[in-house]
Amino acid sequence: MSKPSSSAIITAIILLALAIIPVTASLTGQGFYLDLATRLVCLAIAAVSLNLILGIGGMASFGHAVFIGIGAYAVGIASYHATYGDFDLVATYSGLFQITLAVVLSALFALITGAISLRTKGVHFIMITMAFGQMMYYFFVSLDTYGGDDGLTIDVRSQFPLISFDNPLQLYLVSYVVLLISIFTVWKLANSRFGMVLKGAKANEDRMRAIGYNTYIYRLVAYVIAGAMCGLSGALLGNFTTFISPAMIDWTRSGELMFMVILGGAGTIIGPVIGAVIFVVVEHFLPIIMNLIKPGSGLYWHLPFGIILILAVLFARGGLMGLMSRGGDDE
Amino acid sequence: MPPFIQTAKIPMDLTLLTIQFMNGLQLGVLLFMLAAGLSLTFGIMDLVNLAHGSFYMAGAFISASIIFWTGSFVWGVLLAIPLVGLLGLVTEFLVIRHLYSRSHLDHVLATFGIILVFDSLVHIFWGSNGISVPLPVWLDGQVEIFTGMVFPTFRLVIIITGLLMAVGLYILVNHTRLGMLIRAGASDRTMVSALGINIQLLFAMVFTLGAVLAAIAGMLIAPITEASIGMGGQIIITAFVVVVIGGVGSMKGAFVAAMLVGLIDTLGRSYLDDLFKLVMSPGAAETAAPAISAMAIYILMAAILAVRPQGLFPPKVR
Repeated sequence: MSKPSSSAIITAIILLALAIIPVTASLTGQGFYLDLATRLVCLAIAAVSLNLILGIGGMASFGHAVFIGIGAYAVGIASYHATYGDFDLVATYSGLFQITLAVVLSALFALITGAISLRTKGVHFIMITMAFGQMMYYFFVSLDTYGGDDGLTIDVRSQFPLISFDNPLQLYLVSYVVLLISIFTVWKLANSRFGMVLKGAKANEDRMRAIGYNTYIYRLVAYVIAGAMCGLSGALLGNFTTFISPAMIDWTRSGELMFMVILGGAGTIIGPVIGAVIFVVVEHFLPIIMNLIKPGSGLYWHLPFGIILILAVLFARGGLMGLMSRGGDDE
Repeated sequence: MPPFIQTAKIPMDLTLLTIQFMNGLQLGVLLFMLAAGLSLTFGIMDLVNLAHGSFYMAGAFISASIIFWTGSFVWGVLLAIPLVGLLGLVTEFLVIRHLYSRSHLDHVLATFGIILVFDSLVHIFWGSNGISVPLPVWLDGQVEIFTGMVFPTFRLVIIITGLLMAVGLYILVNHTRLGMLIRAGASDRTMVSALGINIQLLFAMVFTLGAVLAAIAGMLIAPITEASIGMGGQIIITAFVVVVIGGVGSMKGAFVAAMLVGLIDTLGRSYLDDLFKLVMSPGAAETAAPAISAMAIYILMAAILAVRPQGLFPPKVR
C-alpha cells in the first residue's frame, strides 16, 4: 500500500459523492434528488451483485432482474397478508423477517436455476437465464391475488426497530450502507481464494479442472451469493417504490443491469456503480434535454439511448473503468 | 349410408382437441420461422441476436402500412418482404458486421441497443398503439377440415405457409450451393474464406435471410393479434427457448422444438386445469393451472437441459 491506485481514488470520490449529495439535497428540501439517488443505489446493489458473476466469474446472466422481483414480491406479499389476512406463514410487517425471506427465496431460486443453467455454457447460458427470468415474469403475471399484470401496491413498508423506511432519508441511508457492504463483500470475495478460482475458471476452465477444482460448485456458490444480494436490493427497491409489478422482472430490466455492469466496467469493483449512475442520470435527464431541444421528443429517449449503447459497445471496450485505467496502474 | 359412418361422427371433445392441436401447430410454425433465423445466425456467424424479434415487429408494421395503402393483403406481404430484407442488410452493414469478432456479451448489448432503436422508430412512425390489420374476405372465412369441424382459413394458411418455409429452408440448406456454403461456414469459417468464398457477403445474406423469415412470421400473425411495439420482445424469448431445446445451430432441432413448444404451450393453456382437477380440488386447480401452464415451456426446457445440456439435436461439428 504505497500510493493509492487511480481506481481506488475514483471509488472513494463516487462513494463520497453518493453519501454527501443526496443527503445535502434532502436537507435543503430537494427531496426529488434523494428519490433519484435511492433508486440509483438500489440498482447499484443489483449491478454490483451481477458483477460478481458476470464480471468476475464470466457468467453472462441475462435474467438477473428476476431476483429484484423475488425480493420485492417477498416484501410485498408478506405485507399484503399482514394487512388483508390469510397465509399466516409469511403475514408480517417485520422488516427483519421480510428481508430474510427475500434473501432466502432469492438464494433458493438461484440455487435451483443455477444448478441447471450452469451445466450449460456461453450462449446457452445467456438464453437459459433469460428464459428462467421470463418464466418468473409469467408466474407473477398469473398470480391474480397479487394483482397479476397490474402489480401490487405495498400499503405498509417493512418495519424495523429504531429506523423507519417511511422516512426517505433513513431509507436512503440504509440502502447506501447496504451498497457499501455489497461492494466490500464483492471486493473481498474477488480477492479471496474463492475469487481466484472463479477468475481462473473464467480464463481457462480446463486448466482449473485439471488442477483439481470443481469449477461448477464454485460458480454455483457465486451465483447463489449474487442472487441473494440482488434479492436484498429488490426488497429495498420494493420499499422505495411501494409498488411492485411483473414489469420489474421483464428481460429488458435484466438487459439494463447488464448495461450498467458492462458500460461501467465488468470485473472492476466500482464499475457497476458508475454504470448505475450513468444509467439513472441518462434515464432521467436525457428526456428533459430532448424536450428542451424539441418539446415532446423526450418520449423517444430510448432512440438516442439505444444509439449510445451501440456506439459504447463498438467503441468503448472494457467499459468506462477500462477507458480510464488504460495506460494507468490497474491490472 | 352404412350405419358405422354415423357413429364415427367426431365427438365434441375431439373437435376441440383437434382445433387446439391446429392452434399449437400454428404457434409452432411461427416459432420455427423465428428460431430458424436465430439458429442460422448463431450456427454460422456465432452471433447472439436479441434484435431478431425487431424484424418480426418491423415485418408486421411495414406490411400493415402497405396493406392500408394498397388495400391488398397479398401486395402488402409481397412488397414488405424486400423492404425488410433491405432493413436487414442495412442493420448488418451498420452494426452487426462489426460484432462478429467480438464476445457474446458485446452481441447482447449492441443488439439490445438495436431493439431500443427499432422500438423507438416504430413509436415515432406508427405511434404507441397497436395497429389491427384487416383480412381480405377470401381469407377471413372458415374451412371445413373434417366433417362437422371448421377451422379459420387464415390460420390454415399460416400453418401451410410455415410448413412450406420449413421445406424450402431444408432444400436451401441441404441441396443448393448457397446451402452448401452455409453448412461449410458453420463447420469451418476460416477454411471457407481461405477457399476464396466472400465470407462477408455470405454472412450478410444469412443475416438477411433470417430477418426476412422473422418478418414474414410477423406479417402472418399481425391480422390475428395486431402489430404492436412489444410483440418482438415477447416472442423472441420463446424462440430462444426453442433454439436452446433444439440445439443451437440445428435446423432439424429448431423444427422439432418449435412444434413441441407450440403444442405444449397451447394445449397446456387449454387442458391443464382439467388435468389438475383430477388430482386436486377445483379451486386449487383453477389457481395452479394458469401459473403452471404459463411456465410449462420453461419447465420443459429446464428438464431437457438437465439431461442434455446441448439440446435435443446438437450439431455434430462445432
